[in-house]
Amino acid sequence: MSLVKDLTNGIYRENPIFKLALGMCPFLAVTTSVENAIGMGAAATFVLICSNFLVSLLRNLIPSKVRIPCYIVIIATFVTLVDMIMNAYVPDLHRALGIFIPLIVVNCIILGRAEGFANRHPVLNSVADAVGMGIGFTLAMILLASFRELLGNGTWLNINVLGPGYRNQPLLIAILAPGAFILLGFILGFFNILEKRRGGGQR
Amino acid sequence: MTVTLLLQTLLAAPGTGNSGFDVGRMMAIIIAAIFVNNFVLSRFLGICPFLGVSKQLDSAIGMGSAVIFVMTLATLGSWTVYNLLLVPMGLAYLRTIAFILIIASLVQLVEMILQKFSPTLYQALGIFLPLITTNCAILGVAVLNIDEKYNLGYSLVNAIAAGIGFTLALVLMAGLRQKLELADVPPALKGKPVAFLVAGVMSIAFLGFAGLGS
Repeated sequence: MSLVKDLTNGIYRENPIFKLALGMCPFLAVTTSVENAIGMGAAATFVLICSNFLVSLLRNLIPSKVRIPCYIVIIATFVTLVDMIMNAYVPDLHRALGIFIPLIVVNCIILGRAEGFANRHPVLNSVADAVGMGIGFTLAMILLASFRELLGNGTWLNINVLGPGYRNQPLLIAILAPGAFILLGFILGFFNILEKRRGGGQR
Repeated sequence: MTVTLLLQTLLAAPGTGNSGFDVGRMMAIIIAAIFVNNFVLSRFLGICPFLGVSKQLDSAIGMGSAVIFVMTLATLGSWTVYNLLLVPMGLAYLRTIAFILIIASLVQLVEMILQKFSPTLYQALGIFLPLITTNCAILGVAVLNIDEKYNLGYSLVNAIAAGIGFTLALVLMAGLRQKLELADVPPALKGKPVAFLVAGVMSIAFLGFAGLGS
């Protein structure tokens, strides 16, 4: 039961992007297309699961004074792995995500979950939490990327949705940097309204 | 002998055409890093401190100077270790791990040195230093310098300019947010959402620099 709770926790109730506001940099940068968003989400989820697993496994061995450097080394190891695997098997995606793959190391979600969850919970729960957080992060990225790709390019996952007429003159700014900030601002505002609507009763 | 080796590596990254030091190219790098590819508003690096520390002008300036300082040192350290240690030994794939360790230990070192020798500076920058380890702009600039195959001179110029660009965005944002405190914002957009909208408008303004330097 608590496994399911840990799993679903990250998807909505403590969604890393919308609720905790962690991991904003890759979130804003790679959401220019749904494809990139899924790729980044998968990479981050993989690192998250592996690092949560290992941190949880070693939680009684790592002295608490040097725990943060230890976590960083663990995370960096898996990021290097992901970097090499993606370079070998999906070179196009690797090029599109560019600098943001090594930057998964400093993604606050991953260190945050290692420090905030995995070092105090058993292995299975930690993995469940990582899966949930990863899915939550990926879904949030797909949401923003959908808006940006649809408005800025007229497509969704490279499928032409809005027709050639729109593609001739798309709302280009959605794919440029300002579009990410502005659309995310509105999405967060929308979530605030949603929260207020259901509000009171829950808390 | 060592001096010649150092000079050689300083002026030419191994295996690239970037030898020498050209003032025109340097200016292009500076303008690109501050305005055209502003680290925060166009490359999306360092968003967390950008949102977290931009509520007050004083702390924005403090954070900005700490970032410029650490960024320059981190670039010096990471570039040297990568090109003089990792590449010759065929360990280039350890880049990410090596850089994050360099940055983390550097931040710790800077904190200790400041505390010992310059308590005033430590009081001004101290609280921002631990936050910097996880600032992706620092690791970002270190990795970018390697990807762009800059030599040490260009790398340092790029790091300082990137830090200035970060500080510029942070200070502008802090000024705007102080005004925003008094503005009549729709309740749903209060706090983070409106901060993102403001950042978006600033980012549009910075898009105007896009033609420069190319």
